[in-house]
Amino acid sequence: MIAEAGLAALWFAAVLALLQLFLVGMGLAGGKGEVLGAVRPVAILQGVLTAGAFVALISLFLRSDMSVLLVATNSHSAKPWLYKFAGTWGNHEGSMLLWVTVMGVAGAAVALFERALKRDAHMATLGAQAAISLGFYAFLLFSSNPFARISPAPADGQGLNPLLQDPGLAFHPPTLYLGYVGLSVAFSFAVGSLLTRQVDAAFARAMRPWVLAAWIMLTLGITAGSYWAYYELGWGGWWFWDPVENASLMPWLAATALLHSVTVLATRDALRAWTVMLAVVAFSMSMVGTFLVRSGILTSVHAFAVDPERGSFILALLALYIGGALALFGWRIGTVREGAPFELVSRETFLVVNNLLLSVILGLVLIGTLYPLMTEAFGHKVSVGAPYFDRIAGPIALILLIVMAAGPLTRWRRDQARAVAGRMLIPAGVALAAVVLVGALAWGRIGLLPYCGLVVALAVGVGSLAPLWKRNLRRTPLFTYGMVIAHLGCAVSLAGMACDSAFTIEKLVAARPGDTIETAGWTLRFQRILPLAGDNWTALQADVIAERNGRAVVIHPQSRFFASPPTTTTEAALLTRWNGQLYVVLGQEADAGRWQMRIWWKPFVTLIWLGGIMIALGGLLALIGRERRGWLMKWRARRAMA
Amino acid sequence: MKAKHQRLILALAALVAIIGAGLLAVSALKDEAAYFYAPNDVKTKGVKPGKAIRLGGMVVKGSLKRAADGVTIDFNVTDGKATVPATFSGIAPDLFKEGSGVVAEGAFDRQGRFVATNLLAKHDERYMPRELDGMTYNETTHEMKAAP
Repeated sequence: MIAEAGLAALWFAAVLALLQLFLVGMGLAGGKGEVLGAVRPVAILQGVLTAGAFVALISLFLRSDMSVLLVATNSHSAKPWLYKFAGTWGNHEGSMLLWVTVMGVAGAAVALFERALKRDAHMATLGAQAAISLGFYAFLLFSSNPFARISPAPADGQGLNPLLQDPGLAFHPPTLYLGYVGLSVAFSFAVGSLLTRQVDAAFARAMRPWVLAAWIMLTLGITAGSYWAYYELGWGGWWFWDPVENASLMPWLAATALLHSVTVLATRDALRAWTVMLAVVAFSMSMVGTFLVRSGILTSVHAFAVDPERGSFILALLALYIGGALALFGWRIGTVREGAPFELVSRETFLVVNNLLLSVILGLVLIGTLYPLMTEAFGHKVSVGAPYFDRIAGPIALILLIVMAAGPLTRWRRDQARAVAGRMLIPAGVALAAVVLVGALAWGRIGLLPYCGLVVALAVGVGSLAPLWKRNLRRTPLFTYGMVIAHLGCAVSLAGMACDSAFTIEKLVAARPGDTIETAGWTLRFQRILPLAGDNWTALQADVIAERNGRAVVIHPQSRFFASPPTTTTEAALLTRWNGQLYVVLGQEADAGRWQMRIWWKPFVTLIWLGGIMIALGGLLALIGRERRGWLMKWRARRAMA
Repeated sequence: MKAKHQRLILALAALVAIIGAGLLAVSALKDEAAYFYAPNDVKTKGVKPGKAIRLGGMVVKGSLKRAADGVTIDFNVTDGKATVPATFSGIAPDLFKEGSGVVAEGAFDRQGRFVATNLLAKHDERYMPRELDGMTYNETTHEMKAAP
C-alpha cells in the first residue's frame, strides 16, 4: 500500500506541476489574471506531495519491504537502521526521488516565503520551476520508478554498496542535493525575470537569499563529501578530481560567481545580463553533473546503474532546458537596460575579475571533465586526472584568492588606486614576510605550488580580516562578518591543502605483531590482530598503540569484509591532534604473520574542512544579516500600523 | 574615463583571459592527459620512460611475486598479444589478483618495467575498469579477447 500511495502522490504532483505551468501561462499570457490566485496553493501542495512520496520510500526502506524492487536490490534486513534510512538515496531511483523532492519543496518555499518579487515575476518564476520539475517527474515516472514491485518478493535484499555504509551517506547526499537542486530556484528566477522584463536591483535582492541558501548547502555537501572520501577510501587524499567530484565543483564555482554578481546587481544595479546568465549557467551545471553521474557514462561509486536509455533521457532534458533558457536569454536580453556605470578602480571591477576567474576555472574543469568523453567518441581512450587539474586550477585559484583579499578593501563605484594600495599595505607586508619565512624554513623541501599556497594563505588570511580594521566591531553589520569569515575560511582551507601536500609524511611497512614503527615523531606499537563481527560484516582489526610526547592512545585500523554484496573495505584509523592527523590503514597479510600497514602524518590537514565549514558559516551569517533587516522593517511597519 | 572605453578595457581583459585559458587547457591536456595503453600498444607504439600513462590488461597467472619487504609486488600484465612487467609498492586493492583485470597508473622506467603508483582493480563484483569493457581473458591459454 505504501508503495502505491507514494507512486500516486508522485503522479498527482506531476499533474499539479502541469496545472501550475498552465495556470501561469493562462494568467500571464492569456490575460486571465484571476487564475493566478491558484498558483501558490498548487505549488505548495506539489511540494507536500513530493515530500510525502519521499517519506513513503523512506518508510519502505526502514521496514525492509522486499516486495519493492528498489528495496530488494539495494537493502538488506540485517543492516543497521541508519543505513536502511540513508540507503533510501544510496541508489539511482531513490536519489532521483530526492532530487525531485528538493525541487518540489524548493518550489513550495518560493510560493510560501517569497515576498520581495512583484506578483507577475513571482508567478513567472513559479511557472518556470513547474516547467523544470515536469521534466524530472517524467524522468522518474517513465524511466526510474522507485516504487516498482517485484513478484515473488525475495527472502532478503542484495544489500547496499559497503563503501556507502557510513554515516556520511546520511549527510552528504541530502546537503549536496539541497544545494545542487536549490540552484533551480535561481534558474527559475532568471527565467521569470526575463519573461516579465524585470531584471533589476529589486530582482537581485529577491534572488540573493535563495542563491545564498543553495550555496551554503552546496558548500557543506562538498566539504562533507571530501572528508568522507578522505577517511573511507583509505587513500589519504581529500580530492581526487574524479569526474563526479568535478560535477559538484562546477555548480559551486558558478554559484560562487553568481553570489558575488548578484550582490553587485543588488547594491549597485550593474552586471544585469551577466547575473541572469550566471543563474542559468549555475543550474545548468547541476544538470550536466546529474547527466554525468546518473547516465552511467562514467564508472564510479556514484554511478549506480549503466542504462543508456536513462542517459539519453537526461541528455534530452538538459538540451531542452539549457537550450530553452539560452534562447530566452538571447531573445529578451535586448530589453534589459544597461546597468549603472562604475569606474575602473572600484569594488565592481574586483568582483568582475572574481567572476571572470571563477568562470575560467569552471570552463577549464569542464573541458578536462568532458575531454575523455569526446576523445572516446573518436576511438582514443584518455584519462585526464589530477596533474591536469592541479596545473590549471592551482595557479588561477591563487590569483583569485589575492583578488578576493583586495576586493573588500576597495570602495563601490569609484576609489583611488593609491588609497587602495595603502589599505593593502599590511597584507602585502605579511605576504613579503611569509615569502621570506616559509622560504627560510622549507625552501627546497616543498614544491612551488604548495610554497605559493602557504604564502598566499598567510597573506590572504590577514587580508580578509582587514575590512574589520578600525571599525566599530559592535556596529559592523552581520553580513560583513559573514563575508570576512567566508573569505578567511578560503585562506584556512588553502593553508590546509598546502600543508597537506607540502609536509605529509608517509610510511609503508609490513609489520609483525610486537613490532614498533617510528615515523614523524610518533611511535606505533603494533600489538595484535583480532577478528571482529558487526551487524552485516566481519573484520580483521589491528590494535596499535600510538605514542607521541609520552602520551599513548590505542587505535584500531580495520579491514572489513561484507558478505552482501561481497566486498572488502578499509576502515582507516584516524587520530586528530591540533596540528594534524595520524592516518593508519591496515592492508593485507603480506606473508606468514606480517601485515601491510600504511601510515601518514598529515600536518594541519583538518584545516581543509574547517575552512569549508567557515565558508558555509560565513554564508549563513550573511543570509541572516540580510534577511534580519527585512524582518525588522516588516515588524516595525506592523507595529506602526497597530 | 568614458564608460565606453572602460567597457572596452573589461571586454579586452575578458578576451585575453579566455584565450589564455584556452591555450593553458590545450597545453596542459597535451602534457597531462594520460593515454590508455594495452601491452600490445606499448610494444608497437613505444612509450617514453617517465611519461604518465594508464596500462590496462590482465594479471598473468603465476606471475605475481611479493618482494621481501612485504609491500612491493611484481607482476606481468598481458592483453594476449604482448606482456609487460610491472611493479607496485603499496596496499593493492583487495580484488587485485592473478587472472583478474587491472588498470595501473604510472610510468615506465629505463629498463622497460612499468612502475605503478596506483592500481585500479574491480571495486566489487560488478565493477570493471572502463577501459577493459567487454574484454575476456582465458586463464589457461592467457588469451584475451577484445570487445566484439
